[in-house]
Amino acid sequence: MIDDDIVVEVRGVHYAIGTHAIFKGLNMRVRRGAITAVMGPSGTGKTTLLRLIMGQSVAQRGHVTVFGKEVAGLERRELYKLRQRVGLLFQNGALLTDLSVFENVAFPLREHTDLPEPVLRELVLMKLQTVGLRGAAELMPAELSGGMARRVALARAIVMDPEMLIYDEPFVGLDPISKGVIVRLIQSLNRLLGTTSIVVSHDVREISAIADDSYLLAEGKVMAEGSPAELCKEQTESVRQFMSGTPDGPVPFHYPAPDYFEQLLARPDA
Amino acid sequence: MHEHKAPHGPIPRRRDGRVSSLSQRRSIALDAVAKVGAVALFLVRLLGQCIPALVRPQLIIRQIYNAGARSLVIIMLCGLFVGMVLGLQGYQLLQRFGSESALGMAAALGLIKELGPVLTALLFAGRAGTSLCSEIGLMGATDQLAAMEMMAVDPVRHVVAPRFLGGLIAVPLLAAIFSCVGIYGAQLIGVTMMRIQAGTFWSQMQSAVGLRDVNEGLIKSVVFGAACSLLAVYEGFHAEPTAEGVGLATTRTVVTSAVLVLLLDYMLTAAFL
Ligand SMILES: Nc1ncnc2c1ncn2[C@@H]1O[C@H](COP(=O)(O)OP(=O)(O)OP(=O)(O)O)[C@@H](O)[C@H]1O
Ligand SMILES: [Mg+2]
Repeated sequence: MIDDDIVVEVRGVHYAIGTHAIFKGLNMRVRRGAITAVMGPSGTGKTTLLRLIMGQSVAQRGHVTVFGKEVAGLERRELYKLRQRVGLLFQNGALLTDLSVFENVAFPLREHTDLPEPVLRELVLMKLQTVGLRGAAELMPAELSGGMARRVALARAIVMDPEMLIYDEPFVGLDPISKGVIVRLIQSLNRLLGTTSIVVSHDVREISAIADDSYLLAEGKVMAEGSPAELCKEQTESVRQFMSGTPDGPVPFHYPAPDYFEQLLARPDA
Repeated sequence: MHEHKAPHGPIPRRRDGRVSSLSQRRSIALDAVAKVGAVALFLVRLLGQCIPALVRPQLIIRQIYNAGARSLVIIMLCGLFVGMVLGLQGYQLLQRFGSESALGMAAALGLIKELGPVLTALLFAGRAGTSLCSEIGLMGATDQLAAMEMMAVDPVRHVVAPRFLGGLIAVPLLAAIFSCVGIYGAQLIGVTMMRIQAGTFWSQMQSAVGLRDVNEGLIKSVVFGAACSLLAVYEGFHAEPTAEGVGLATTRTVVTSAVLVLLLDYMLTAAFL
């Protein structure tokens, strides 16, 4: 594997918010032109990992390199240059509420390019058509349903045709039809334009169908990695537990807490 | 977004659990100093982004409309009442010395140099500052500011700077309107009601009010506008991303703006003497 083919590299990252350690030595690599799936129980820090990759937060120890540059050492201007090459779909959409759907999708183009209005219009409508919301162009974000808002956010993330796309839970709150469309969209962006993709998702089935590599995070570390097929074959009990979805097993379903029984019995005034 | 927290530990407590008043006072003082520093650093970053923000004048114009035009009615209404009160009080006082013809001069000087800029700034903090602050705070709470960052758009340039500049431009204009309406109110009382000669009312005013007085009022209102807008956008930008956090930030905006405006007013008045 040539180093140039690695778009994102995470090496030995330790990260804690306050006293709560989220990553304890995380290692990960994203190959150029591949779809990399990141899976893991809720609250393991998948969104946090994306923040580290985008340079929104900085790890206390370890290195995060994106496009060959160490993210932590970048100045604001260089960081912005790097971010222009990446499209990010937020877990909650994060549309700008004072702009219409059309203007939301047009926003990155207006900020970073000097396209004439007709070209810009065509581009935006094309992206809205891909997510099936061309008819909603003039609505305001408040008039959209949750799933529609996420699809608009997706159109906004791809409007600059970025080299890398990061999706934070793209399938949550979507009906089966839209889900299928989005899965095919991620796949075709990847196959046709060679867009490197990182997809954070719980939908083991959907994501296994399209991912080239996958990482399973748990307890601040990578618990398993490999192609989805390898992961499914993996015999470790914890991996099997996650892939088949049972609460009892080595992966804790609960956020760290004192013993349930003791807490119920404990008197508040004791 | 929590880096602006004061850099020292929790308030030390006495053995009986009550906060010792000395250390509490020290901690409040430290908090205040830390806050001044944080606001100053933010101002530097903001000023750096003001010139790039001029590239999109329509954003600034929208904010002038938001902060300025929408405060127009309340400013004019208050200006009228303040002017009328000045007219009544001034007439009462000046009549004792038989110099009620000086009413025009007294009202105009009071309004242009003092009441216009100060009251406009206070009204602006309550009417526009709160909405600036809560608007930016909510954008932070709903990840919109983070989304801009991720799209390589500096929210300080795109969201904060236009609002700051809008306030900075709107307050002097509002103060001028406040003073004009106020003078009209004083005239309404003095000339229409109390039968002072219109000629003396206006000519006394004209001969007494110089460019220097107008400049004093203008400089004051520019400084107050900058201070109120800066505090509003600072508090909004650094608000905790929760409903409660935005509410608290809005309250802080009004309180600090009011205190700061009166403090600055004293300092500027002393400087102009
Ligand atoms: N601002 C914060 N302060 C303290 N802890 C935080 C903060 N943000 C996140 N955390 C903690 O970090 C951990 C990881 O959060 P993160 O949002 O990255 O999880 P996630 O893997 O994306 O989960 P989900 O699948 O539910 O989206 C959680 O345990 C959470 O409690
Ligand atoms: Mg998440």
